[in-house]
Amino acid sequence: MSLSATTAPPSRGAPTKHTQPRRRRGYSRFTKLDMKYSPYLYVAPFFVLFGIFGLYPMLWTLWMSLHDWDLVGTHTFIGLENYSALLSDDYFWNAVRNTFGMFVLATVPQLALALFLANLLNRPMLRARTFFRMAIFVPNVVSVAAVAIVFGMLFQRDFGVVNWFLGIFGVDAIDWRREWWSSWIAISTMVDWRWTGYNTLILLAGMQAIPRDLYEAAAMDGAGPWRQFWTVTLPMLRPTFVFVVILSTIGGLQLFVEPLIFNNGNIMGGTQREFQTVQMYMFENSIHNLSRAGYGAAVAWALFLMIVVVSVLNFVITRRSVK
Amino acid sequence: MSVSTRRRRYAAVALATVAALATTTACGDDNEGGSSDGAKPEKLVVDTFGEAGYEDLVKQYEQQTGIKIELRKVAQLNEFRPRVVRSLATGKGAADVIMLEEGILNEFKLNPGNWVDLAPLVGDLSKDYLSWKYELGKAPDGRLMGLPTDVGGLGLCYRTDLFKDAGLPTGRDEVSALWPTWEKFIETGQKYKQATGKGFVDSVTTAVNAVLFQQNGGDLFYDKDDNLIADKSPAVKAAWDQAVAIADAGISAKITTWSPEWNAGFKQGTFAVNACPSWMLGIVESNSGPENAGKWDLAAVPGGAGNWGGSWLGVPTQSKHQAEAAKLAAFLTNTAGQVAAFKKSGPLPTNLKALEDPSFQSFTNKYFSDAPTGKIFGEGVQKIVPTHLGPKHQAVKENALEPALRAYESGQANAAKAWEQFTKDAATQGAF
Repeated sequence: MSLSATTAPPSRGAPTKHTQPRRRRGYSRFTKLDMKYSPYLYVAPFFVLFGIFGLYPMLWTLWMSLHDWDLVGTHTFIGLENYSALLSDDYFWNAVRNTFGMFVLATVPQLALALFLANLLNRPMLRARTFFRMAIFVPNVVSVAAVAIVFGMLFQRDFGVVNWFLGIFGVDAIDWRREWWSSWIAISTMVDWRWTGYNTLILLAGMQAIPRDLYEAAAMDGAGPWRQFWTVTLPMLRPTFVFVVILSTIGGLQLFVEPLIFNNGNIMGGTQREFQTVQMYMFENSIHNLSRAGYGAAVAWALFLMIVVVSVLNFVITRRSVK
Repeated sequence: MSVSTRRRRYAAVALATVAALATTTACGDDNEGGSSDGAKPEKLVVDTFGEAGYEDLVKQYEQQTGIKIELRKVAQLNEFRPRVVRSLATGKGAADVIMLEEGILNEFKLNPGNWVDLAPLVGDLSKDYLSWKYELGKAPDGRLMGLPTDVGGLGLCYRTDLFKDAGLPTGRDEVSALWPTWEKFIETGQKYKQATGKGFVDSVTTAVNAVLFQQNGGDLFYDKDDNLIADKSPAVKAAWDQAVAIADAGISAKITTWSPEWNAGFKQGTFAVNACPSWMLGIVESNSGPENAGKWDLAAVPGGAGNWGGSWLGVPTQSKHQAEAAKLAAFLTNTAGQVAAFKKSGPLPTNLKALEDPSFQSFTNKYFSDAPTGKIFGEGVQKIVPTHLGPKHQAVKENALEPALRAYESGQANAAKAWEQFTKDAATQGAF
């Protein structure tokens, strides 16, 4: 519309005929440059910021991991020693197990619930749809620390609401921070509370992109809602679903604030490291233990590699499933 | 044509954005370069943990000098330490005056270059303080890293109302007489437990701290040459065995010290006894709240005197106002400052004149049933024999000893396994 409006008056170039071509030439040279380079300019801010806050710290961490690095003291180059020590470090593997365990325990119910909720919200006859869609996202807006503190209180041994509730059914008070299973459940609950709504919205968007006529055709063939969900919604949703899984993986493997605050800020995650994640183990080495920052950097890189491997795996699966 | 005009306009906007970004990043550094050392600063920042009792003192200093003081408090030492570490490692964000506890001081002594030598800035104050305490504030290279604030003379806080309900005596002398030894303490605890069904002492870890710091003059996790001896130190083993005996007797409320449950336990009366170095008084008071005023009292600790904790005030070299910061540190640790802090929150003076001050000696703590805390702690302070704490004392205690004991108490590990866990963790936590 604006295109036709601006091209309409041709009066512009008419009076000064001889200057016009030159101006044109300069103009078109600029246009060429513009066409060629301005896209790079548009994306530049991201890459500049990524370089400063993403790439540089990453490479610096790699450099650190090759040293015996005292955070406030001396640094000595030791090659790959930190990495070989890591491979035989029980506490590191304990942290890996905890991280993946909590990731599975949090993600599986979370995605199932998100799928269920998205399907509900996708019903055309639902009233106050926008309200429900917004309400489900609210937990994600609350700060992680606040969530962790509140849930930490709910899961207290002596005065916690969860234990009080279980007490009604005759369950003895559970010391949630003592056992791996109880602490994993408590922490996974926090994660799910925060992220279920977020994933629901992404899945909902995916569902709405599925053409309606597929459902109509299915209905014509006599498929009920349940059948439609399994044979139309789920297969068409698969790319979105894998995307959601990748996001959850990246987030889940970096679990840090919830278990940290759950343990009153102690970095060890329980008396016997029942819920210490890899991220926490990295922090323990690099920040808590001043003289082992190099080792902490090696843990950071190990975590990075784990995320890369899992993400690539996800990517391969997606490609296959889309084909 | 107009499409390209529009595009050109966008290009200009993008360019401007990039340029603006570049200038903001370039400007970022300029704000930091503040005033030089000589000029009077507008503001000084003081970092403390626990309850140092400085609230009124800094206001007084603000009025005297016109310098604004920002007092930043962190409840727990284990959250405080990483903050200090971070600011030292990045060279940014440290306060001008930082409180250094005995458990972490030695670790920072390994890199004394991060700290200002206070001696030339405040003059010779060596005669003003308990001499061993003053000496411990010096780094190996001789610089004075910190001015002494307090020592942690030991006592036991107990709830008179809960003792009464359990049929135990309530007067502080009678209570002290109940437990000349830890064995008697356990017996009393069992009586209490039988009568009430509740935990007697808050946790096995406060008990182990009390016993550990009663090993006057003995080596704890490190010997005098800073060799790690956590697995063979007799003092540590003695404290361990005592803690195990307390856990076996089942008299602890099994609460993790410094957790929200521990904080709530003071109010709820989940336990009746808590190990109280003098600086703990302020913490007990703020956790128990005004509704429990007059219910706490202070008795002697079983097994003789000890010293748990105590701090110094240091000035990091990254402070832009080192001279003024040193003056503030001297103000907070001088005679009047230490007496005022003691009255406010309980940290026991190390300044000799403060210890002789009549208003200190005659001070009774209203919150603690008018216990003559000045007299009780003041008498013990001269008897304190300094214990050598190695570089990573706090890390070994907090991340190796205490978790292993908790694991034992909760039945996650038997005695042998728990000891194994402790020695293994002590080796990694204690390395430096």
